[in-house]
Amino acid sequence: MSDLNAQPGSPDKEPASEDQAARTALGNTERAEAATTPGESGPRPTLGRLFLENLWAANTFTVTLLSLVLAMIVGAILMIISDREVLATYSYITARPSDALNASWTLVSEAYANLFKGSIFDPAATNADAALSPISETLTYTAPLVFTGLSVALAFRGGLFNIGAQGQATMGVILAALAGFLLPLPPGLHLLVAVLAGALGGAIWGFIPGILKARTGAHEVINTIMLNYIAVYFLTWLIVQNGVQDPNRTDAISRAVDSSAQFPRVFGEPLRAHTGIVLAVLATWAVAWLLNRSTVGFELRAVGANPDAARTAGMSVTRTYVLIMVIAGALAGLGGSQMVLGTTAAALTPLVVAQIGFDGILVALLGRVKPWGVALAALLFGALQAGGNRMQSYSGISLELVTVLQALIVIFIAAPALVKAIFQLRAARAARLQTSLAKGW
Amino acid sequence: MSTTAVPDVAVAAVNEGFWTRTRKVGLVLVALGLLATVLFGALATGEQARFTLSEDAAGAALEVNGTVGAIVFGLITLAAGAAMLAGLPKRWFIPVLAVGLVAFVFSFLCWQVSAAPTGQNFMPLVNIVRGTFLLALPLIFGSLAGVLCERSGVVNVAIEGQLLMGAFSGALFGSISGSVWVGLIAAAIGGSFISLLLAVFSIRYLVDQVVMGIVLNLLAVGITGFLYERLMQTDAARYNSAPRFSNWEIPLLSEIPVLGPALFRGNIFLYLALLLVLVIHIALFRTRWGLRTRSVGEHPTAADTLGVKVLGLRYRNVIMAGAVAGIGGASYTLALFSFTKNMIGGKGFIALAALIFGRWSPTGALLAALFFGFADQLATYLGAINSVIPGQFLAMLPYLATILAVAGLVGRVRAPAADGKPYIKG
Repeated sequence: MSDLNAQPGSPDKEPASEDQAARTALGNTERAEAATTPGESGPRPTLGRLFLENLWAANTFTVTLLSLVLAMIVGAILMIISDREVLATYSYITARPSDALNASWTLVSEAYANLFKGSIFDPAATNADAALSPISETLTYTAPLVFTGLSVALAFRGGLFNIGAQGQATMGVILAALAGFLLPLPPGLHLLVAVLAGALGGAIWGFIPGILKARTGAHEVINTIMLNYIAVYFLTWLIVQNGVQDPNRTDAISRAVDSSAQFPRVFGEPLRAHTGIVLAVLATWAVAWLLNRSTVGFELRAVGANPDAARTAGMSVTRTYVLIMVIAGALAGLGGSQMVLGTTAAALTPLVVAQIGFDGILVALLGRVKPWGVALAALLFGALQAGGNRMQSYSGISLELVTVLQALIVIFIAAPALVKAIFQLRAARAARLQTSLAKGW
Repeated sequence: MSTTAVPDVAVAAVNEGFWTRTRKVGLVLVALGLLATVLFGALATGEQARFTLSEDAAGAALEVNGTVGAIVFGLITLAAGAAMLAGLPKRWFIPVLAVGLVAFVFSFLCWQVSAAPTGQNFMPLVNIVRGTFLLALPLIFGSLAGVLCERSGVVNVAIEGQLLMGAFSGALFGSISGSVWVGLIAAAIGGSFISLLLAVFSIRYLVDQVVMGIVLNLLAVGITGFLYERLMQTDAARYNSAPRFSNWEIPLLSEIPVLGPALFRGNIFLYLALLLVLVIHIALFRTRWGLRTRSVGEHPTAADTLGVKVLGLRYRNVIMAGAVAGIGGASYTLALFSFTKNMIGGKGFIALAALIFGRWSPTGALLAALFFGFADQLATYLGAINSVIPGQFLAMLPYLATILAVAGLVGRVRAPAADGKPYIKG
């Protein structure tokens, strides 16, 4: 038992074992001093062994990694059962099992290899542009997800579930685009104004559920879901209005954002990565500072942990709720603005925001609602998205598989007990989502 | 992980002063009445607004001069509002509110129909009623699925995913087997599959139910989209050509004017939806199962003390809900269209809105679904007559109405007390 307690990575000792340790310590006066730190009573395990033991425990890193593995296994099964040629080899699997196994292996390994080559590095690359291209694609998809993920995570920490990142991003994209093609401003300033307009749009859309929650107690989950759809209908209406719609087109597409309001590129012209990613890193730092170092962040976390206690301590819960939703909305709006000011698109279309708001929820959960965790999770999702594009064009595996993988990863993350049971991991603390969420409507 | 409930922040104090809820609503109605009388009356033309009792311009019709109709109906709304302001007995609240709102809608219609391009100054009521029910169908099934889940204390945000999975598996297995009934059963099983995941993860693994619902929606979009591209797009004849239920005409009832042709010449899904509303209503409020379900949704600890198997009941209800929603999804693929990617397109979330707007009751959900279906159908109609009202704003109506409802502006809605809270025995 003292061995168990020796693991620095798993300090959640059972009360009983602690008791017992204390009792042996009392009985054995000789070693009383040593027993106060129970780990030193036995022979000290080597650092390598400790590392291995902790590696196969249900800690955040291992659970995340194994969730990824599990999701990819399910994805592989989906690929196999949906491929008729491979499936045909399974009809005579008892006669020649190698056929079925080889065919399956070829299909799955090629698909996942393309996923890797499209998102991280392609060994066949011959020049610098081709070598940087996968990373550039990954960063392009990562940038907006960082913002929507931060938006959801920030609200989570304050005890609110912001499902409305999608709607806030939609309002953000609308105002950013309007500022981008309606205002004649010099380069630089134009970009700044457009980005701020995006933040403003999201903030307004976050303010509504915030004030409703604070004033009437109306549940933010319901209201943000509803506002998502109102924003989409507003967007589809706005696009076809005079002055907004592209005069040369009859379909639903707006005028293009002026080049003076577009993010400059990171690696130069052919590669798509833009400086929005720099803004994303700054935003992550700012949110981390806000949450962990500022008074506002302290109040926010206090309200999230226990609103009654926060109110008793003299904090204004209603004001905090409104503030949380406004900041969360502004972040999502910034994420939305990247969809027209970056390189993804330059004009509004009904689907211009894609799924970044809903993906933001997954990113926030995967990042364990911590700012830097969210940034890493967004990077993973961005990589999956970028790799998925290559997988679709090279292996003919639908991009939808990426959605499946993303959803599965988060399902496994959210239920660490399942992952722990599947892989027989030893217990460790901290793999559970540290949010005080389960509260219903 | 703390699972402490966050109580509503500022629960609106009970209004004891002059401005009771009735008076506030009355004020809103008066404003609507003024808007209708003045604005709609001014914009309406002298054309006859004809509400035909058929599918086209021909046949018998209710006729009214556009301007006169808009003003008269506006005045009725005004009168209803004034009555509320004057202090109406509480039992008259709902009927008077209904009269006021319906009159407002008619005033609006008089304006729209009379201002339509010449030759189109008519509104075929049969089409409107039939369209309303058709568009409301997935909403009815979806919101009933919500009722089953949430009355037993499990939040169901995954309605969208259940509908989609039902539509997909109905289309897939209906096509493979060539039988509508196999398709129908497969649809129910497909919906239950998503439900089963929701149940296992939220009940067994205590994952937050809203989180799980959102993730399951994405999973359903992903899986159906993936298999659609891999199977159905490559070989539509084999995998995406499900047989369809034909329309069944009910004798006698189908002869009723307007309602007959609109309602009683429909397909199995329409009858099934209305039947399910009735069955679930009776079961929920008149049977032992219903009492247990409601008690588990309101106070699981008390129910457990009395010997109700809380978790077992929740599993059962959630899976049943998935089957209901799955059938709702099949009302698309086994009656109307072939499967396309993400074909539910947010209907699941309107169903969630209908559930909340209908105050978590089967009949309320039905009425809310019909109201939302009507708004949808009206948007189509107004688009056809080149109305100045953009269809997008009518499409927003369900969502706006729900926000107003939960904010307590039109009466307060309250979820089952234990909705969304996992039950841990002990």
